[in-house]
Amino acid sequence: MSIDIDTARRVAKLARIAVPEDDLPKLAEELSGILTFMEQLNEVDIEGIEPMVSVTPMQLKRRADEVTDGRQQDKVLANAPDAREGFFAVPKVVE
Amino acid sequence: MSQLNTLTIAEARDGLRKGEITAIDLTMSCMSAIDAAGALNAFVHHTPEIALEQARAADERLKGDEEAPSMCGIPVGIKDLFCTEGVPSQAGSGILKGFLPQYESTITGKLWASGAVMLGKLNMDEFAMGSSNETSVYGNAVNPRRRGNDAAELTPGGSSGGSAAAVAADLCLGATGTDTGGSIRQPAAFTGIVGIKPTYGRCSRWGIVAFASSLDQAGPMTKTVRDAAIMLQAMAGPDPKDSTSADIPVPDFEAALTGDIRGQTIGIPKEYRMDGMPDEIERLWAEGTEMLKAAGAKIIDISLPHTKYALPAYYVIAPAEASSNLARYDGVRYGHRAKLAQGDGITEMYEKTRAEGFGAEVKRRVMIGTYVLSAGFYDAYYNRARKVRALIKRDFEQAFDQGVDAILTPATPSAAFGLGEMANADPVQMYLNDVFTVTVNLAGLPGISVPAGLDAQGLPLGLQLIGKPWDEAGLLNVAHRLETDAGFVSKPTKWW
Repeated sequence: MSIDIDTARRVAKLARIAVPEDDLPKLAEELSGILTFMEQLNEVDIEGIEPMVSVTPMQLKRRADEVTDGRQQDKVLANAPDAREGFFAVPKVVE
Repeated sequence: MSQLNTLTIAEARDGLRKGEITAIDLTMSCMSAIDAAGALNAFVHHTPEIALEQARAADERLKGDEEAPSMCGIPVGIKDLFCTEGVPSQAGSGILKGFLPQYESTITGKLWASGAVMLGKLNMDEFAMGSSNETSVYGNAVNPRRRGNDAAELTPGGSSGGSAAAVAADLCLGATGTDTGGSIRQPAAFTGIVGIKPTYGRCSRWGIVAFASSLDQAGPMTKTVRDAAIMLQAMAGPDPKDSTSADIPVPDFEAALTGDIRGQTIGIPKEYRMDGMPDEIERLWAEGTEMLKAAGAKIIDISLPHTKYALPAYYVIAPAEASSNLARYDGVRYGHRAKLAQGDGITEMYEKTRAEGFGAEVKRRVMIGTYVLSAGFYDAYYNRARKVRALIKRDFEQAFDQGVDAILTPATPSAAFGLGEMANADPVQMYLNDVFTVTVNLAGLPGISVPAGLDAQGLPLGLQLIGKPWDEAGLLNVAHRLETDAGFVSKPTKWW
C-alpha cells in the first residue's frame, strides 16, 4: 500500500507535526517504503491467535484508592515554558 | 594510580573494600579520562560536583560498613534517557532542551542508594530511535574502535551509543543503557563490551523517558559479564511506581557465575543464518557453539519459524507506542515551545513546537505510528502485528519446552560501520541492524551480547545469548563461560 501526498498531509496533521508542503512528496515516499516493508506481515496465518499482552501472565497490581502523592505545584510547573499564577499558560483556546 | 579508570567494577570493588584505592581517586581518574575524550562525544552533560560529593560519601561508607554494596564508590555514566533530579535529561532530543527533572528515576535512585557515583549523562539516539547514534541532538557519539590505522570515524552503535563508547574507552566503569529493539546489545557488540537486556519487568521503567512501553527495558553496559551481574543486581527489582515491574525475587546474579554449564542445552536457531551474512560472523557463531559444547553443554538445532516477521512487526508496534508516548511533547508542560506568529492558536503551537523540537527519524516514526493506529488501519497493521508478536513469543516457548536453557546467535549482522555511511540508505536498511536482537524484545526475554572476536579489520564482533524469562542468572553464567573461553582481551588503541 502506498501513501499519497494527501495521506501524508493528513497523517502529519493527525500527529500535530507541521510539514512544509514541499517536503510532503519525500515524506510520502519514505512512509510508503516503510509500509511496504510491513506488508510482509500479511503472509502470516494469524487465525485464532490472540494479541500478545504480557511476557508473564501477571495480575494487574492493585492498591488502596488513597492519596499517596501531591502538593507539588511548584515542581510540576518548574519546567513549563509559560506558567502563570500556578497554572500552565497556552494561547487562547476559545474565542 | 593514574589508570584506575581502566579497572573493572569487580576489581574496583575489591580494591575499595580492602582500602587499597579510594572512590575519590577512582572518580577523579574517570573525570580526567572524560576530559581527554571530547572527541568521542560520549558524555554530553558532566556532573563533576555530584560525582565528587557521592565519591566522598562512598569513601565514608566504605570505612564504616563492611557490608557496603558492590556498587559503592563505582563511577558510572547514565544514558540521557534516565531522568536525574536537577540534571539535564533530554533523551537526546531538542524538544527537551532545558528540561530539569524534579525527580529521580527508580533505577538511578537505586544506583545512588547503593553508593554508585554519577559522572554525567551519555549521548544517545533521539528518544532511543536509531542504531548508530546519528539521530542525537548532541551530534554523533564516536566509537573508540577504528578499522586498523584507518582514521575514519565509526559508529558506536545505537541507541545507547554514548554508553557503549564511554565504557569501551574506560571513561567510566559501567553505564546504564536501555534496549527497545537492540539498543544495549548492538552498541555493546560494536564496541567490544558486554550489554544485557533483562527480562521485561525485571527493572523499573519509572523515570525513564518512554519510547515503546511494552518493549523498553533498561540494563547495564559493562566491561565484563561479572560486572554486568554486579550492576544489574543494583538496578533490578520490583517497583510500586511501575505496574509492569514484576514482583519476582531478584537472585544473587554474581553468585550464579560458577562457569559450570555441563548438562545445559544450548539451542542454535536455523532462521538466524541470514543470506549475505559475513563469513566472519558465521565463523564466530560456529566457534562459540564449539566452545559451549567443549564446556559440556548439549547443542541442539532449533527452529524459530516466525523470525523473519519480527522486524516488520516491531516497526509497527514500536512506532505505534511511540506516537502515543511522544504526544506529551506539546510545548505546554516542559521543554521547547515554538515562537508563535500573530493569530496562531493552540494547534499551531503544537504543530510548530513538534516540527522544531523533533528530529527527522522521530518525526518519521511518530507519523508511521499515527498512521497504523488511525481509523481503518488499526486492525490491518497494529492488531496484526500484535498477533504476529504472540507467534514470535510462542516460537521461543516451544524451544524452551524442548529443554533449551539458552539460545546462541550472532549479536549483529555486521561489525561497526562508518558514521555517515548509511546517510543515503532508506530507513529500512538501518532497521536491519536489529535483525538478531529485536525478537528478544518482542518476546520480553533476557538477552546478552558478549564480545567474542575481531573481524579482519580488527573490529569487535559479539555473540548474543538469549535466556528463559527471569533466568538472567543462568544466562549470565553461560555468558561468563563463553567470555572466559573466547578470551576476548582486545582494547581500543587510544587515538582521541
